[in-house]
Amino acid sequence: MKIRLERAAHCRSGDKGNTSNISVIAYSPELYPFLKEQVTAERFRQFYTGVVSGKVTRYEVDGLHSLNFVAEGALGGGVSRSLCLDNYGKSLSSRILAFELDIPDQLTSLLKGND
Amino acid sequence: MTLRIGAGSAWWGDRISPAALNAEKGDLDYLCFETMAEATVSAAQVRKRRDPSFPGYDTWLDDRMRAVLPACLKRGTKIVTNQGWINPDGAAQRIVHWLREFGARGVKVASINGGLITDRVLELTDTILENGQPTSTLAPSLVSAEVYLGAEPIVEALRQGAHIVVSGRVADPSIFMAPMMYEFGWDALDHVRLGRGNGLGHLIECGAQVTGGYFADPGFKDVPRPWDLAFPILEVEADGSAVLTKVEGTGGIVNLMTVKEQMFYEVHDPANYLTPDVVVDFTTAHLEQIGPDRVRVSNISGKPRTPTLKVSIGCTEGYIGEDMFFYAGPGALRRAKLARQILEERFKLVGLDAEELRIDFLGLNAIHGAMTPPDAAEPYEIAVRVAARTTTREEANKVGREVDGMAVSGVGMTGKRVPHQDRTREIIGVWSSLVARDRIVPSITMIES
Repeated sequence: MKIRLERAAHCRSGDKGNTSNISVIAYSPELYPFLKEQVTAERFRQFYTGVVSGKVTRYEVDGLHSLNFVAEGALGGGVSRSLCLDNYGKSLSSRILAFELDIPDQLTSLLKGND
Repeated sequence: MTLRIGAGSAWWGDRISPAALNAEKGDLDYLCFETMAEATVSAAQVRKRRDPSFPGYDTWLDDRMRAVLPACLKRGTKIVTNQGWINPDGAAQRIVHWLREFGARGVKVASINGGLITDRVLELTDTILENGQPTSTLAPSLVSAEVYLGAEPIVEALRQGAHIVVSGRVADPSIFMAPMMYEFGWDALDHVRLGRGNGLGHLIECGAQVTGGYFADPGFKDVPRPWDLAFPILEVEADGSAVLTKVEGTGGIVNLMTVKEQMFYEVHDPANYLTPDVVVDFTTAHLEQIGPDRVRVSNISGKPRTPTLKVSIGCTEGYIGEDMFFYAGPGALRRAKLARQILEERFKLVGLDAEELRIDFLGLNAIHGAMTPPDAAEPYEIAVRVAARTTTREEANKVGREVDGMAVSGVGMTGKRVPHQDRTREIIGVWSSLVARDRIVPSITMIES
């Protein structure tokens, strides 16, 4: 079944200069392989088109069922130079919550929220 | 022996009452404060230039110390803090003032200097990390430069008997790890334990971000009584494992989710998190919920520290002019769009010379910008928010002046406020470089109450 990522994972973004890192953390270990398989660096970058101007690197932390995306050129030139109201990009992580994830029906009970 | 280390702040503007609560109810051996953002030092230098009476340390120093000193003195809790900003000696003297006010005599307060290298930065550094250019290109706009010091000078101050240690820029996790190094006798080159300690420091350096702050999402991640969050406490063992918790009976939550989110916060490669003391590897960490609001953290790894320290270089980089006005009800968006067109034409007429101009519809696309889905629903209320980055203050001022014009010369039913603050601000850009570790020699000054 297709779900929004927000039902399978939680996120947080942090800033360093002009780079934003966005963690995507599975709500349960069983959901993690589907995140790892589908939320690739390339698809992540496409999802942030128009905001992330540089390279996206994905780090995998299998032991903690987490992905960490490092998006360069995501903060409008850097926190102090950015013209974005959210100049720290604190709300950037919420964008990936809308990512469409395909998971097996039998994992439905592990999901948060409702469609 | 279990060492109890509590967080007292995660940034300059943080709440003060949770620090007092940690001092009073946390049974702490150490209370540690982190109060600096990337541009704090440069902003303080600019302010000092304009206002010579600005003391150059945390503007909340008095409030924070008044809130925690009585309980810390009673319990014997030591304090480590980076509230010194550009004047650690002045901060130490002010802390001594408060100690005497509270009747405490003979309490040793150490200040740490040596990290401010503004006058030497061009000879000590070569390359700007962000763009590969020589740091000498920053000479005309240089405001301030500081090294991210590690835990070692704090440990040395504690060895010399300091009860309170106040520094300028020290890497955030190092502030919280220094007490572990001192109390457990960890060697500065023991990368195994320092990796664990720095990892733990990273988990609590952002205060409530690990106890339920910056976390709640109703129906997905619920937080009990989110209006009453506590700051975190670490119960650290000599091997560098710990339990992360908070004062009982407070709001908020400590669980595997809050700890994981904070673990990756502002981290790039989780296997190589660079600090002045050590390279932390979070990928091996074990997390276990061992009770309500109690998470055991173990097996974080460390690798030997790098031969260099990070330098942060603040430069003046022009100005931002910014303002907003409002629409509501049926047709809010179409009026906002006309307002945007008027502003764009006005900026041509007045010859606005901007490096970048941005006009957002707050409520629709001001936060996610170009990522906003094209089919996003039209909101009931919209703020038109305009911002421009310019090289001169005069140009930036045009933004506010043109928004003023929208009051009587703009679109029907425009909501407009009288400017309640300066709508032009100076930009301090922050660049990074590296300096050889052996070129930086911190110094310690000890005074007594």
